[in-house]
Amino acid sequence: MSTAIKETQKLIEEVLDAYPEKAKKDRAKHLAANDPSGQCSTCQVKSNIKSRPGVMTVRGCAYAGAKGVVWGPVKDQITISHGPIGCGQYSWWARRNYYNGQTGIDTFGTMHITTDFQEKDIVYGGDKNLHAALHELKELFPLAKSMGILSECPVGLIGDDIEAVSKKAAKELGIPIVPVRCEGFRGVSQSLGHHIANDTIRDYILGKGKLEKTTPYDVALIGDYNIGGDAWASRKMLEEMGLRVIAQWTGDASINEMGIAHKAKLNLIHCYRSMNYICRHMEETYGIPWVEFNFFGPTKIYQSLRKIASYFDDRIKENAEKMIEKYKPVMDAVVEQYKPRLEGKKVMLYVGGLRPRHTIGAYEDLGMEVVASGYEFGHNDDYKRTYPEMKEGAVIMDDATLYELEEFTRRLRPDMVGSGIKEKYSYHKMGVPFRQMHSWDYSGPYHGFDGFPVFARDMDMTVNSPTWDLIRRKR
Amino acid sequence: MKLLKIRDHNELFQEQEYCEQFEKKREFEDPWPAEKVNEVAEWTKTEEYKELNFKRQNIKINPAKACQPLGAVFCASGFEGTMPFVQGAQGCVAYFRSHLNRHFKEPFAAISTSMTEDAAVFGGLNNMLEGLENAYTLYHPKMLAVSTTCMAEVIGDDLNAYIRTAREKGVIPKDLPVPFAHTPSFVGSYINGYDNMMKGILSTITAGKKGEAHQKIGGKINIIPGFDTYTGDYHEIKRMLKIMGVDFTLLSDVSDIFDSPNTGEYKLYPGGTPLVDAADSINAKATVALQKYSTLKTMDYIKKEWNQQTLVLPPIGVKNTDAFFDGVSKITGKPIPKEIEDERGRAVDAMIDSHPYVHGKRFALVGDPDLLLGLISFLMEMGGVPVHIVCTMGDKKFEEDAYNLLSGSPFGAEGKVYIGKDMWHLRSLMFTEPVDFLIGNSYAKFLWRDTGTPLIRIGFPLFDRHHLHRYPIIGYQGVINLVNWVVNTVLDEMDRKTINTTSFDVIR
Repeated sequence: MSTAIKETQKLIEEVLDAYPEKAKKDRAKHLAANDPSGQCSTCQVKSNIKSRPGVMTVRGCAYAGAKGVVWGPVKDQITISHGPIGCGQYSWWARRNYYNGQTGIDTFGTMHITTDFQEKDIVYGGDKNLHAALHELKELFPLAKSMGILSECPVGLIGDDIEAVSKKAAKELGIPIVPVRCEGFRGVSQSLGHHIANDTIRDYILGKGKLEKTTPYDVALIGDYNIGGDAWASRKMLEEMGLRVIAQWTGDASINEMGIAHKAKLNLIHCYRSMNYICRHMEETYGIPWVEFNFFGPTKIYQSLRKIASYFDDRIKENAEKMIEKYKPVMDAVVEQYKPRLEGKKVMLYVGGLRPRHTIGAYEDLGMEVVASGYEFGHNDDYKRTYPEMKEGAVIMDDATLYELEEFTRRLRPDMVGSGIKEKYSYHKMGVPFRQMHSWDYSGPYHGFDGFPVFARDMDMTVNSPTWDLIRRKR
Repeated sequence: MKLLKIRDHNELFQEQEYCEQFEKKREFEDPWPAEKVNEVAEWTKTEEYKELNFKRQNIKINPAKACQPLGAVFCASGFEGTMPFVQGAQGCVAYFRSHLNRHFKEPFAAISTSMTEDAAVFGGLNNMLEGLENAYTLYHPKMLAVSTTCMAEVIGDDLNAYIRTAREKGVIPKDLPVPFAHTPSFVGSYINGYDNMMKGILSTITAGKKGEAHQKIGGKINIIPGFDTYTGDYHEIKRMLKIMGVDFTLLSDVSDIFDSPNTGEYKLYPGGTPLVDAADSINAKATVALQKYSTLKTMDYIKKEWNQQTLVLPPIGVKNTDAFFDGVSKITGKPIPKEIEDERGRAVDAMIDSHPYVHGKRFALVGDPDLLLGLISFLMEMGGVPVHIVCTMGDKKFEEDAYNLLSGSPFGAEGKVYIGKDMWHLRSLMFTEPVDFLIGNSYAKFLWRDTGTPLIRIGFPLFDRHHLHRYPIIGYQGVINLVNWVVNTVLDEMDRKTINTTSFDVIR
């Protein structure tokens, strides 16, 4: 075992010391020193396991994964938060899944629609009101293409039969009604919600859309939620390559696109964690291959363009090379401008499904080093993909707590931290430059050739803002 | 070196190549024809649509409402060294935290017991025990204030028994205060959650502390701010009472929690009401609440159990602030100092200077019950006309209070109060009966976009503008801020509308 690994292990042990015995034993399994080779047996973290009560996990719930992540962005579906008022309120237009359309008329993405459960619904059940609500919504929003019922905790606890209501209402209203059993107490994090949402796409929507003709270049862009326009920046590149993006899931997605992805020749998956399930299903059922790719930062973009092109004929391969040739000078100019300002800076990441590994290359393009990274709701396969991307001895964290993030920050002294809104302001108080890496801190896109310049600008303004120097008064 | 021009989403997606991409993408979207979309869009602006919209009984669309535990964790955080501790599923706490983070742009810590399927079957006792032990050991609170999510409520977790068991098993010290409140999300809203938690904390922390009351002249009074999300208000109430020389305890003082100075150090517990003072609140001479609807149960409890004088004196607008100072002066025997009178004079002066731009202007308002009552009163004092008043969290009592208030002024004659209604109802109202200005939270910006009615951001949550919550809206200073926001929105709009006309005045 190398010194780097040993040192990090010692650091982790020190951090763990503050926990009570039981929690300490558990948390020890989720923190590790990185071994890129995968040889060291103690360097693998355990993941996708229940959070300990009381430790202040950053995680959310299945509803957040199903409504907030997967179904919420589908623009021409009415997504109903079924249950009490809060869940829909707190997740209302919080993820910036951009879309085109006229909100409230033919699209509904920025709306908060809820059955607002009252005590009587808990006592007598909410099915009757839900059925009536579906009818009311269809009257008020005649252009809705579908309705999704996203269950909150009580729905599952009181034994409501939303599947039966959906079936009945779908027949009456002539549009798909999708019951999603994503009650927040199910599973251990957002992750199960992704899976449940994938299954409902499979069962209620996939295979039912209209597509007049197909071409050998048809692809589906999967697991890009168009945060700050990411999917649009990615789509632009795929189209420039000569591919035809027949479906974009689920950022700016229409129900029709959700229904025709099975006609693609290849599924391109960006967020593996949240949508690998449906790709596997399409592979098994329709024989569609899928490929993971990474459009963060020029190095990974070039690799990904070539990887995607390898599935197609020479024309596409040539196009990919032409694009690299065309955009390389633009990317080089970005690096030339920002690298001198960011070179050698240390980054700590703690994010969601793909960014803890996918953004590493983009940071490295700017000369920065990711010294710690972790996932709120990653699984073993995510970590397996992460280890080789990071240096030996880097800290790997699974389901980190507020306490751990603070302690690791103190000890590793990163020059910037990329995490979520719940972490953001404690880092501001600590005087540690911080960037939200879920929502791009209201910026973006970060994907693709159009996204990297924005990424570079944002990391520079984060690390090099003069405001950090004001905290400690110079005397 | 020439700096690169970086284009982010604000510019990028208006460029031609992206517009063409969007157009091309429609091929796969199976979109409705543009004429059909326009036809429906126009239909939603009609009287017919309004009637249909107001007929719905079973669904809320863009409500101004959130659930009880949000109010509970907010209330709990305002006490010294107190960790809000929520028994239930963990996603809820992630949501409460991010919701408050986004409004205040401040950190907010709260604990969840991370209940999952097994807890749904066996109950949440184990989660509570381990949660208390971990939270206490890791975060060293002086008090753990327990509230619940709907999960714990539906399965019927017995908080009292669980906490007792925790003490018996020694997972937390015997003397650690662990107040609790049942805060089901399917009853009421965050104003009730605030109320329930406040009552829970006060009843726990004052137990056995009844001693000699501060009955003497100048004796101590309690102030309960209610679910007030303006940190400026907390600083303001303290400043005002200090000037007046009143000895007081501010119960749930969140000013330091949500407005802590940046020192380069993150403090988990940056302030709050000292627990000693909170414990002594039972001995105060009187308790004054600055909101009515978020303190109903607490005030009833204080009156009945503590036998204390209780007053509800919400100080938004001139007359309400007058009543506040008169009330405080009466119970404390302290005269209203000249400094305060001068502030009143300045606020009135500001209103008089700006009145021509507000007089006769018609307003739609959406928000929390107490805030709405304050704003209606203030607008009418300036000659403004409240027209549509939407209160998703309002009840019959609020409706009555609001109509009583409106009927007291000729400017209130047009005002209609809509309890339990939401912003989609308000959209219909604003199309069928347009108004000049809209007052609401950040989500009301969609109404601005749809109807073109300028939005004055007052309320909660305010996510898309920075620092508004740092300015007080209570007291005479609050009046000046309200005048500022209202009149300058009127003037901005006037400039926008006259930009290419001769009326583009520079002096107003």
